[in-house]
Amino acid sequence: MAVVWREKQLAAEGREREHLWQFKPVKLKGGGLSIWLGALLVLPVLVLALASWMGLAPLPNAMDIRARLVPPSAAHWLGTDHFGRDVLGRIAYGSRVALQVGLGSTLLAALAGVALGAWAGYKGGWWDEVIMRMIDGLMAFPGILLAIMLVSVLGTGVSNTILAIGLANLPLFARITRGVFLAGRSALYVEAANALGAKHGHIIRRHILPNTIGPLVVQATITFSTAVLTEASLSYLGLGIQPPDASWGRMLKEAQPYMGKALWLVLAPGLAIFLVVTALNLLGDGLRDRLDPHTR
Amino acid sequence: MQYLWRRIGALLVTLIIACTITFAVFYIIPGDPALLMVGTEADPDVLVSLRRELGLDEPWHVQYWQWLKGIATGDLGNSIRLQRPVVELILERLPVTLGLAVLAMILTVLIGVPAGAYAAAHRGGVADYLTIFISQIGLAIPHFLLGILLLLLFSVRWQILPPGGFVPWSINPWQALLSLFLPALALASHRIALVTRITRATMLDALNKDYIRTGLSKGLPKQVIIYKHALKNSLIPVVTVASMHFAGLLAGSIVAEEVFALPGLGRLLLQAIGYRDLPLVQGVALFVALAVVLTSFGTDVLYLALDPRIRYE
Repeated sequence: MAVVWREKQLAAEGREREHLWQFKPVKLKGGGLSIWLGALLVLPVLVLALASWMGLAPLPNAMDIRARLVPPSAAHWLGTDHFGRDVLGRIAYGSRVALQVGLGSTLLAALAGVALGAWAGYKGGWWDEVIMRMIDGLMAFPGILLAIMLVSVLGTGVSNTILAIGLANLPLFARITRGVFLAGRSALYVEAANALGAKHGHIIRRHILPNTIGPLVVQATITFSTAVLTEASLSYLGLGIQPPDASWGRMLKEAQPYMGKALWLVLAPGLAIFLVVTALNLLGDGLRDRLDPHTR
Repeated sequence: MQYLWRRIGALLVTLIIACTITFAVFYIIPGDPALLMVGTEADPDVLVSLRRELGLDEPWHVQYWQWLKGIATGDLGNSIRLQRPVVELILERLPVTLGLAVLAMILTVLIGVPAGAYAAAHRGGVADYLTIFISQIGLAIPHFLLGILLLLLFSVRWQILPPGGFVPWSINPWQALLSLFLPALALASHRIALVTRITRATMLDALNKDYIRTGLSKGLPKQVIIYKHALKNSLIPVVTVASMHFAGLLAGSIVAEEVFALPGLGRLLLQAIGYRDLPLVQGVALFVALAVVLTSFGTDVLYLALDPRIRYE
């Protein structure tokens, strides 16, 4: 924000931008700091997930009964849990799960939501009415409740969790897209394209859809963080990732009886969740500052 | 007036759609709910009688009609495991969840508004930065994690507050309030942070207005200007946001109740899922959804009454 202000000030004074900024490959507009900070905070989680995926992290499910509830040490960087499983290994596996669920459900919500919203907004009339009423009905259910309902029917596990969280987050994407399409339908440039004989598909893809990208990217970042939180909540409730597999929410649940004597068991997954959510919130804020024309 | 009627019409449609979604999720999507409930190795006779009890041998439109008719007459069917009306079970657990949500709401306003106003009044000061920093943490920390940490501090380390569990309101209201305090604080954390930020932002906005300058120039004390004129005018958006979040609080209490072992709606729902008691799951889910729709409708109407400038279309 400070940079935007500075630019405005310079522009008001009729001066060119300072040299420092001219040499930057990416122009630092609004939200630069938030974006970089967010990306920096998410990095350790990416590294952990990658390490777990490549088998470089300690095994998440290997039990060692002789080393139960061992505090953090050289052998076990983050200590062990009540089964003697390495907490670092479980955290790493948990970041894989969190990223998988976050990415999967965000993609699902975005694709389905954008398709529905675009159709409703572009077609208008009867289609719009029916689709948006359905979306309103879906929005009556708080995300976590809808996810719990779906999981209770679909069953637990990674893919069902993704499906449930994805469906629960679809309405906002639909709303955003519909709004842009509704505005685009009556916009002059669409009328012009129409007059020039462009086909519907061409108008949707080339002229209207690009306008949705800014708000959708912001929404996707927020949804990602919501999805990570929802997965943690579901797993905490025993409805998400199933034992013995590690998930941050599951780890918190399992740590609760031992929290008086083994604080690291609570702190490790807690910090992991906190870190990812903070990082994604910062990213979302920064991207909104940069991409959303209304806040400039 | 016309707006109100339109809004009521939309409300009815949304209510029916919410009922339809609850019906659809449990009855249309995957296979046989009865089979899901008793498992694949159950006695075929049990399966048949359960299917009859649930009305599954009827065609779907008959079931759907029965479901809607039941809701209209306040009948959500019977719990399979407990053999009692779902509505009765919900009403039994409601005081806990409602108490939790209301207390969280009160904490949100009581902490969020003064903190935001104070930060705005001392913009750029230490208190302001501290408020922003703490609210950033409050926004990112999941409430069940905060709940666990609060339990650890207040119940395990210092042993000031009960470590979960619930004393019914009718037995000891004070104890009931005490057992709800930590869960409510944890549940409200996210909203407190949000309301703090919104209050701060709208206050900063209000402090730039002409009437504030008028007040200053005619020599009103600064405190009066800030806490009377500016705060009053920045409360409308705060009220809207706060009431919108009541719905989220209801949903959030599902998780909070699990952390603090409170016998509310959330635990009822989880137990029902654990026992595959589908009518009960369906009933609780629908109840929460209807509560959400009706609260948001109430907010809209309240808003209309509060601010005469709003006249839609």
